[in-house]
Amino acid sequence: MEFFRIKKDIPFMRHALVFNVISLLTFALAVFFLATRGLHLSVEFTGGTLVEVSYAEAPQLEPIRSALAGSGYPDAQVQNFGSARDLLIRLPNRESLDTSSVSETVMNTLQQAGGPAPELRRVEFVGPQVGKELAADGSMALLLVIVGIMIYLALRFEWRFAVSAIIANLHDVIIILGFFAFFQWEFSLPVLAAVLAVLGYSVNESVVVFDRVRETFKKKRQMSTPAVLDHAITSTISRTVITHGSTQVMVLSMLLFGGETLYYFALALTIGICFGIYSSVLVASPLVMWLGVSREQFIKPKKEKEEAVV
Amino acid sequence: MNRYPLWKNLLIGLVLLWGLLYTLPNFYGEVPAVQVSSAKATLKLDAAATTDRIAGALKAAGIENTGIFSDTNSVRARFKDTETQLRAKDVIEQAFNPDASDPSYVVALNLLSASPSWLTSINALPMYLGLDLRGGVHFLLEVDMPGALVKRLDSTTGDLRTLMRDKSVRHAGITREGNTVVVRFRDAAQREAGRRAIQDSTADLQLAERDDGSDDFKLVATLTPQAQQTMRDFAIKQNITTLHNRINELGVAEPVIQQQGAERIVVQLPGVQDVAKAKDILGRTATLEVRMVDDTPGAIEQALAGSVPFGTELYTERGGSPLLVKKQVVLTGDRLTDAQPGFDGQTNEPAVHLTLDAAGARIFRDVTRESVGKRMAILLFEKGKGEVVTAPVIRSEIGGGRVQISGRMTTVEANDVALLLRAGSLAAPMEIIEERTVGPSLGAENIEKGFNSTLWGFLAIVVFMCGYYMLVGLVSSIALAANLLLLVALLSLLQATLTLPGIAAMALTLGMAIDSNVLINERIREELRNGASPQAAIAAGYDRAWDTILDSNITTLIAGIALLVFGSGPVRGFAVVHCLGILTSMFSAILVSRMLVNFIYGRRRKVESLSIGQVWKPEGK
Repeated sequence: MEFFRIKKDIPFMRHALVFNVISLLTFALAVFFLATRGLHLSVEFTGGTLVEVSYAEAPQLEPIRSALAGSGYPDAQVQNFGSARDLLIRLPNRESLDTSSVSETVMNTLQQAGGPAPELRRVEFVGPQVGKELAADGSMALLLVIVGIMIYLALRFEWRFAVSAIIANLHDVIIILGFFAFFQWEFSLPVLAAVLAVLGYSVNESVVVFDRVRETFKKKRQMSTPAVLDHAITSTISRTVITHGSTQVMVLSMLLFGGETLYYFALALTIGICFGIYSSVLVASPLVMWLGVSREQFIKPKKEKEEAVV
Repeated sequence: MNRYPLWKNLLIGLVLLWGLLYTLPNFYGEVPAVQVSSAKATLKLDAAATTDRIAGALKAAGIENTGIFSDTNSVRARFKDTETQLRAKDVIEQAFNPDASDPSYVVALNLLSASPSWLTSINALPMYLGLDLRGGVHFLLEVDMPGALVKRLDSTTGDLRTLMRDKSVRHAGITREGNTVVVRFRDAAQREAGRRAIQDSTADLQLAERDDGSDDFKLVATLTPQAQQTMRDFAIKQNITTLHNRINELGVAEPVIQQQGAERIVVQLPGVQDVAKAKDILGRTATLEVRMVDDTPGAIEQALAGSVPFGTELYTERGGSPLLVKKQVVLTGDRLTDAQPGFDGQTNEPAVHLTLDAAGARIFRDVTRESVGKRMAILLFEKGKGEVVTAPVIRSEIGGGRVQISGRMTTVEANDVALLLRAGSLAAPMEIIEERTVGPSLGAENIEKGFNSTLWGFLAIVVFMCGYYMLVGLVSSIALAANLLLLVALLSLLQATLTLPGIAAMALTLGMAIDSNVLINERIREELRNGASPQAAIAAGYDRAWDTILDSNITTLIAGIALLVFGSGPVRGFAVVHCLGILTSMFSAILVSRMLVNFIYGRRRKVESLSIGQVWKPEGK
């Protein structure tokens, strides 16, 4: 069995402009949604309290909301979480709120609200000072990844590869964030971890292609630059699809069996993997071409012997 | 050509064997256990003696245990089922706490790993599960350092006042202004005298002169950065010690109390569900009181007989002898600024050095002057119950606020007493800035979900690899399983906390690890397509893929390390597993799979074809 029976190199570079325009459009859309809708940040970033409770049978939401408002939390958000029997209650931080007793007050209110008895599943309380730090640390991590990968690629390959790989993959990151902004999915710490993992992962995709580009430049002297890129992409495409397929199978398994907690994490990975294939192959390579990569950059110039005239 | 030297095969074999050994404890599950720990701050647990006592009590009751384990804070006994565990708990409870109303020990039900003791003895423990997997409470506490600084400066203000009076330096008022203490003088000469007096008495203060008018000479004192640092370290250490003492009484199996950053303390209590009680215990302040001992002849006998004289209370000393203490409080813990173990300057005996603030020092001087030869008791009050920490005899009048307690103490005891005195109150107030509670049902569910997603994803990959690459695919799958084995072994060995994001990282890393094998297998196919012989194709495939594998793993590792450095909580859990997984995947995908391929093909002289699935060749080649 072999999926790819490719006789000739596929002329990807002929359509380079089209791919770049598509990327630019999706990128612009993602930025647009990020700017207009913003991310729906989780409690970890905004600070606040989150209480997850489970009931033996589906409770009525309205009485719970009014009971909470009665206990001094008119701004409480009450939602179903996963199933009709599970509830998620969010409370924003307020100046006047006594933070240390929020979870107890909520549980007492729920118990007194009538109906079936709730079971406490999870409480998360994050003070305002922690949220800010997490956001700052997240950005630092992103910066460190970008700088680290660029330095490594520049040393190992060429600055042109480093620049195009990073542009291609940052564009993935922005697109993932764009999805989260558009659908208003909750952006939590695990999602941030997923985004950064995707960054490392799809750079690795570009590396595989670039590796081939370098090898082909060295081996086949008569090929033009676009032809070299076409050849590199064509000869790695089978591996690209199989690898991403395997990773996606794992992620899919998480999406199906991982439950609510891993859902958005797996979702971010799914988007990242799909766009990772596209961007590392069809965005990074044209970029390398526009930046003017050529054979001379990989073949060490031989020093011509100077003939001395005596 | 496709053979590994013997040492290489042996090495790989040994590593895999090691992996298997350290993964083993994870399969044994947990058994019921009973844990005994000290319930009182004044009572230190003697592990060896407690072990003997538990063994004795169980033997007398005819209950069999499957092992007794001890660490510095607790002793735990394992039992074969829950029923035995419950019976054993009652027996141990009776043996250790004859008086149920005043328990000296906490006897709690617990779960312990069921792995055999030979595994435990080589440090092979099951993976350390995070709170989101086992259920429990996590708190992040922030110590209020500005508050501690103000407290310190307030007591400095009092100290300076006393100092000026003692050295008869005339000043026009000492006040705390923000983070400084300002001393006013009427003339420059007095100020100079004041400056010398302060510099002679302490090195913790930085002094600056300021003139606000012709008759307003000021000396502005601030704490030196060094003194501030010492104060911070002291405050956080003292708070951690106090928390330790308090949490012990909850009977939590493996509490985590750690410093995080400069001003924060993480407290993790696995298995604790009662958040309200936990918070109550964390926030409670113990108080220290100094009172006089009633040494009236006959009074103690009278008290023991049942009629405690009016105005006194009966306590038990640490040695066990009864002590009659007056109800009137001489001093409270607020007046105590420090307590350190040390040695007596003259006799070289172990001693505890106390430092009192100015007001405390004055009271202490007055009291000691009147009661030379009498005994005073230092009591620690927690939960409304008092314990005598120490009851020394007053030998002479003590002024200056520096008190030394010595005599009949070992170095260890001196340490304990100092610690207890410090534990009398938290050095600085703390605030809960992060709280996470996970119910036990959610924890169990998370384990199941994480396990299922890894399992199904793994199986799907194995099925695909075997179908697509046939025998070589099977080799890749075995290498992937070896990767999982090594990763679990490494996590068990390091006792890194495994969280749900950690399990997700495990699944993700497996999905990514197969990439190396796909790269190799595709390369081998390509070599075959180009007409290479099977043996040459294997060698070339592994060699050429190596560069790419290294590059791609390093870029992934960079992302992993960035997450490790800047991540906290769930992100860190993810990053640890991710980074370790990348390292183990390099080993298993390249070395383990190559070794297997070598075993299959390397020995044969002539290999007709490789079982790597169909290799399609374009026409004309």
